[in-house]
Amino acid sequence: MAKPKVAFYWCASCGGCEETIVDLAEDVLKVVEAVDIVLWPVALDYKLEHVKAWQPGEVTVAFINGTVRLSEQLEWVRLLREKCPFVIAFGSCAHLGGIPGLANATSRAEIFANKYHRSPTIDNPQKAVPLISSSVDGHHLDLPEFFKDAKPLDQVIPVDYYLPGCPPPPENVAAAFTAILENKLPPKCSVIGVDKALCESCPRNETKPDDFTITRFKRVATSTPDPEKCFLAEGFLCMGPATRGGCGERCIKGNMPCRGCFGPTPDTLDAGLKMISAIASHGEADTEEAAKAFADSLVDPLGTLYRFSLPASMLRRRAMAGAEQ
Amino acid sequence: MVDQQFEPKIVGFLCRWCSYTGADLAGTSRMQYPPNLAAIRVMCSGRVDPTFVVKALQDGADGVLIAGCHPGDCHYSEGNYKAMRRYPMLLNLLDQFGIDRRRVRLEWISASEGEMFARVVSEFTQQLKTLGPLRWPHTIEQFCSPA
Repeated sequence: MAKPKVAFYWCASCGGCEETIVDLAEDVLKVVEAVDIVLWPVALDYKLEHVKAWQPGEVTVAFINGTVRLSEQLEWVRLLREKCPFVIAFGSCAHLGGIPGLANATSRAEIFANKYHRSPTIDNPQKAVPLISSSVDGHHLDLPEFFKDAKPLDQVIPVDYYLPGCPPPPENVAAAFTAILENKLPPKCSVIGVDKALCESCPRNETKPDDFTITRFKRVATSTPDPEKCFLAEGFLCMGPATRGGCGERCIKGNMPCRGCFGPTPDTLDAGLKMISAIASHGEADTEEAAKAFADSLVDPLGTLYRFSLPASMLRRRAMAGAEQ
Repeated sequence: MVDQQFEPKIVGFLCRWCSYTGADLAGTSRMQYPPNLAAIRVMCSGRVDPTFVVKALQDGADGVLIAGCHPGDCHYSEGNYKAMRRYPMLLNLLDQFGIDRRRVRLEWISASEGEMFARVVSEFTQQLKTLGPLRWPHTIEQFCSPA
């Protein structure tokens, strides 16, 4: 029997998800023994026409990482969806929007102005910005459209499974491959992880006092967390209570509070709002002024509470004052 | 400019012990106030998860009122303190989403303050008329590319 064929594709991403495949280490040999990798832009040269020539179903599964940011990426993911029976949103960006999704806190016009006009290393007296279509001296150039917002994969195509994480832990990737190869797939649209909050499996759960109060939030940039104690009890915002577990607690073991890359637990509509609900219960403020000071000590709530999930949150993005150009 | 034609939709989360009873008093006392508020009775202002507030705004409300017992009077001793702590944190977050913080209001209204309830609803309705409609999904549409 021919080996099943697998495709990897990247949209707006950092390449960390590709790295996690490499981090399978010797297990990667088992993967290539069991499947043929037919598309992997980071490692193999392959063009859109080749993918267009695939027979439907010829390639079993597409692992797509990154946020959909450009019209070119939309074209690719639609094509992969058409050709592959299984599409897996691979990593936080494809699952929830990820770090590139934080661009939804600003606008395309602002991004272009920052990148092409205000950046101190840019010399651009004509104030040029990338255009979808332009002609200079008889030479024509077409570029993909930069979308107004960053979109997680399921906002543009139906997704069969989600492999969360920034990047997904190699063990989860190996487990996903095994599930596909042995045809032991969970129900469609499942997120491959555990359904309980990270706190349940957190190695510091034992040190979490039954009741604790937070006076002000501390930041890891300016204070060092105790390597043993519950981050929240110490006053560091840890997304553990509202975040899906199953990540292997890598950040916690590195003395870094959870930043929420696995996304909300299945019964949470919006992790950021749930976190506000949870942490406010631990505040000690009992006047409106103290409550305000407590709230103000949480710097940049949007970037902190939705670090990986802004485009998949209930409000999805910032509404900018004035119209978008 | 105030659009007097625009009738804002307000979702009110009223605590069962104080504010809902206060609203009831406003009604039984035949006080006049605008009909723009849809009251939702909750057991405590501390039960009002910020998710409820944002869900209301996302689904078409122009403003949300959270009303509970005065600090110190909570039937469950400290539920309203939780509401008090969540509120400024939620407002800070709404600022970053570009939602005017005046669209979400927290008030302490006791069971005997029917007059205050009527006044809060009147003021809030007027405030939202000044702010205009929120229409959240529609508002962000212009900042999203169609997919």
